[in-house]
Amino acid sequence: MRILLDKFSKSFGNTKVIEAMDLEVGSGEMLALLGPSGCGKSTTLFAICGIHRPTSGRILFGERDVTSLPSQERNVGVVFQSYALYPHMTVEENIGFPLTVRRLPAGDIKKRVADISALVHIDKLLGRRPAQLSGGQQQRVALARALIRRPDVLLLDEPLANLDAKLRLEMRSEIRRLQKETGITAILVTHDQVEAMSMCDRIAIMKEGEIVQIATPSEMYNDPRTAFVAGFLGNPPISFLKGKALGGAFVSGDGNFRLPLGSLRNVGDGRALTIGIRPEHFGPSGDLAIEGKVAFAETQGRENLYDVVLADGSVLRSIQPVRDDVKLGDCVRWNLSSEAAFVFAEDGRRL
Amino acid sequence: MADKTETSVNFSSVPVMLLLTLVSLPLVLMYAYLFIDTITNSEAGSLIPNELTLEHWRFLWETRPGKASIWLVTLNTFIFAGGITAVILIVSSMAGYVLSRLNVPARGLLLAGVMVLHAFPSVTLIISIFIVLQYVGLYNSLIGVILVKAAIDMPLGIWLMKGFYDTVPWEIEMAGLVDGASRFTVWRRLVLPQIKPAIMALGLFSFLTGWSEFILPQVLAPGSQVQVLSVYLASLIADDNNFDFATFKAVGVFYVVPVLILYVFFQKHLMNIYGGGTKG
Repeated sequence: MRILLDKFSKSFGNTKVIEAMDLEVGSGEMLALLGPSGCGKSTTLFAICGIHRPTSGRILFGERDVTSLPSQERNVGVVFQSYALYPHMTVEENIGFPLTVRRLPAGDIKKRVADISALVHIDKLLGRRPAQLSGGQQQRVALARALIRRPDVLLLDEPLANLDAKLRLEMRSEIRRLQKETGITAILVTHDQVEAMSMCDRIAIMKEGEIVQIATPSEMYNDPRTAFVAGFLGNPPISFLKGKALGGAFVSGDGNFRLPLGSLRNVGDGRALTIGIRPEHFGPSGDLAIEGKVAFAETQGRENLYDVVLADGSVLRSIQPVRDDVKLGDCVRWNLSSEAAFVFAEDGRRL
Repeated sequence: MADKTETSVNFSSVPVMLLLTLVSLPLVLMYAYLFIDTITNSEAGSLIPNELTLEHWRFLWETRPGKASIWLVTLNTFIFAGGITAVILIVSSMAGYVLSRLNVPARGLLLAGVMVLHAFPSVTLIISIFIVLQYVGLYNSLIGVILVKAAIDMPLGIWLMKGFYDTVPWEIEMAGLVDGASRFTVWRRLVLPQIKPAIMALGLFSFLTGWSEFILPQVLAPGSQVQVLSVYLASLIADDNNFDFATFKAVGVFYVVPVLILYVFFQKHLMNIYGGGTKG
């Protein structure tokens, strides 16, 4: 089912958290709300499931206006960061609870609990209590409870934040699998760009209560609209160099480094610019040599990560296939691909 | 709560036990004599009893002239303590939830007010309560004195419940709401079970304070049909004509037995009153 937020605003007292936000999630789509903590992404989520009432604006599920409907009448499934399982109930009672409060016959509930728990692979744990489950199992119970009454929307509030690294990887593909199998519209709230990029069809990146950009993960990675977006996506993160425009080129602060601006050569001289270079675009190959000193080196097994400090003190990150000829403190002369650099204006907008 | 401490190889517990025995000996002796005196007779001035007797327990099967039957009085006491427990549990489990979770205007003031009431010595109110009960026709009735005692003990219950509700995670309630449960169902089926230890503790606590309450029933419900054990006991000493010390002691033992039984079975739950909310 399609979800539409129309000029949605929310404030708590005098604090405006979100102002006039428009967002459309297509039917069957999985969308990530990505942003640093405090950017309003959880507030948006809680407004969609009806826990917070919007200050103004509308929320539509399909064609139905649910803005003033209470949570109970919205048919949303929510997986909370802490899972919020009911500690005094068994797994079976937990999963069946949404049906129990609807007073469905016990036989039906039992059957549907059995079906859904088979889908999330916890059918052997139905008699346990939440305290007797591992984090990953609790996660699955929470998912089953959210999915059992076939909600119009599945909302996931940082569902992987409390899992260890290996389990996180596993549950990432698991949640995506369930979402695709059930064809449910889903919204994932996260501050982890890897989660957002790997699980979702589209990402809406948020900053201070506004959506900065909505795009597919690869579009957003290759074509960020602002420096904030570029900085948020990608691991290791992009590095920025500050300087200004001079004669159709970017010139670094101390004047040692020139990067031709290509199609942007008409930018007025003297205008302050920032360029962003992803670590994979700085290394042995490339068209523009730059010198610096290795200030940090780390191996990740398949790749090595370097921080190179330039003459003016700014840092460029590089990721390369493993090599052992470069050590901490070495002076290197590596190249960057001038084509791949992003150019940003002073206010962070991409040019 | 702490597990049973294992005896350490480096530390003998014998000296401590000795010391504790010595210190508590006077108390133990007093209790021992309280019991011994009820089933024996001894010569005046002697500590050693010279005959076994059940005559001091006669009150169990013989109703003295001018006195209520002990069984009626016991029943009254159970009704009194049970009634207090029920009223306190029902009201404070709901009031505590409201004060902890719902949007209450002037919540701070309300909580402070409730606290002040708790600090108020109830004896100072007794005359006015007497007049009020007299006026509404509840004087000399169990209902009246139950309501008064419950009201006086309520602040503690409300504060205690609020404190326990505060420890229940919000997410459980949010999950309940999006799962389609009404706010009342959420409270009844999801939140209340989380604070079951507190309910147990408060219930026991209320029952015990109700059981031992004396001054309120004495003033507000002294009639022989509504007498509770504490009042009955007091009337035994007040009666100068048939002063019987041993019977007084026997009634005292009788009065204390239910409390002891409760302690033996429920002391673990009672300890919870000092502990905090949900543990997983």
